[in-house]
Amino acid sequence: MASRTFHIWRAEAGEEGGFQEYSTDITEGMVVLDAVHQIQAESAGDLAVRWNCKAGKCGSCSAEVNGNPRLMCMTRMSDLPEDQPVTIEPMRAFPLLRDLVTDVSWNFEVKKAIRKFKPRPPDAEDGTWRMDQRDVDRVQEFRKCIECFLCQDVCHVLRDSQKHDEFIGPRFFVHTAALEMHPLDTEDRLADLRKAQGVGYCNITKCCTKVCPEHITITDNAIIPLKERVVDRFYDPVRNLFRIISGR
Amino acid sequence: MPSVAGVLPERQGFGATRRRDRWWAVPVATLLGLTGFLVYSTWAAFQNAHFELGNYLSPMYSPVLWGDSHHAWFGPRPGFWPSFIPFSPALVILGAPAGFRLTCYYYRGAYYKAFVSNPASCTVGKPWKGYGGELRFPLILQNLHRYFLYLALGFLCILTWDAWKAMWFVDPATGQETFGIGVGTLVLTLNVVLLGGYTLGCHSLRHLVGGVLDSISGRPARRCAYECVSWFNLRHMNWAWCSLVWVAFSDLYVRLCSMGVWSDFRIL
Repeated sequence: MASRTFHIWRAEAGEEGGFQEYSTDITEGMVVLDAVHQIQAESAGDLAVRWNCKAGKCGSCSAEVNGNPRLMCMTRMSDLPEDQPVTIEPMRAFPLLRDLVTDVSWNFEVKKAIRKFKPRPPDAEDGTWRMDQRDVDRVQEFRKCIECFLCQDVCHVLRDSQKHDEFIGPRFFVHTAALEMHPLDTEDRLADLRKAQGVGYCNITKCCTKVCPEHITITDNAIIPLKERVVDRFYDPVRNLFRIISGR
Repeated sequence: MPSVAGVLPERQGFGATRRRDRWWAVPVATLLGLTGFLVYSTWAAFQNAHFELGNYLSPMYSPVLWGDSHHAWFGPRPGFWPSFIPFSPALVILGAPAGFRLTCYYYRGAYYKAFVSNPASCTVGKPWKGYGGELRFPLILQNLHRYFLYLALGFLCILTWDAWKAMWFVDPATGQETFGIGVGTLVLTLNVVLLGGYTLGCHSLRHLVGGVLDSISGRPARRCAYECVSWFNLRHMNWAWCSLVWVAFSDLYVRLCSMGVWSDFRIL
């Protein structure tokens, strides 16, 4: 059993916070969330941390561990350098509530504003639809999202430029891609993507893809295909001419 | 769009991060790699000499639309070329492949990090307060990537023809063309393979061949094309770098052989 030092961010909402140092014993197999719980039990009973499943599926325990957006429950202590203290701080893209807990409610409001799934009329005799599995496979990847919002946290458009009023962020481009590319969907979201949702703000740094705990290829499979659809509609004069001539 | 309820954390200063890895290594390597290529290709483009050797033609000069070379399509230097700009066949054509790489989705992400620190790396503070993304001029022109793709596909066909021609050597005694393979043939053929891997994995091409459709299961040809492009696209960054380095090396190989510094070894 070895003792490890942690620097954990402590602050109330609206206050200027700072790191406080804690030490606790680490045993084999522990993850960062285990260590935080142990510190809560031993020396910081009032430390606020959001968590739920401890299995990397609820997306609650998102934080920045040694400067990297991670799920605390999926970050093994043995993977962190042993010769330095472990820093744990809240996500920077959202307002702080307390200590490691941020207010992510902005994300839920953004999701409400996205046009909903609008299927074409049923085409099977039993009043349902038939789809080819190969068509569904492409959007299946996007449904793995656990809404941990690590991609939103790492995106510099939200994190540094704070364009929350004009940009929906990688999580909701994944959500929009799942709807827009769905073989049954008939809704048109391209004008929203270009204007209100600001897909043009993404400059393809691929940070969102790197931090995704579900390994969704966010940039290549969701954001760039959406950008290309926006180009089709708004920035490709030849295609527009073809559309006018062909009436499609 | 909904606004954030609450106070967002203060913005990080330039370079501020709590990351402990060598986050600066990739942007620095990108900066050096792209700058090195830019310097070499600019120098090579202005030379207007030593870009061909018999059946070998440097990919940086192909196609030779105008010029004194026997590869020229339309004869010598055109009259419309401004007298104050030194003429070189490479200067006539290099805008197309340069535009393709400049507007490429992979390179955009890479050079925004390496050249303008926007951002330098993930979770590293930026030097800029304002941010316009790719919504305003000039970066809104990045949306023209597909037009450069069309040109790049044409160049790929021409370079494939060049690689084929690099397999036919003229016998100086008889003047007859005979099939052969030299090291230069392999260099120019590998160049086409790497450029093919890069161009055929383009995100815009992926969209155009099948990504634009919500349902491709009933279109076997488009589905096959989409799957092939997606396969190349998985390693787009690797293809991008390998092809970039090999284009420069191919030019260097032809140049040094033409100057007599290296001699081309005939394998067959």
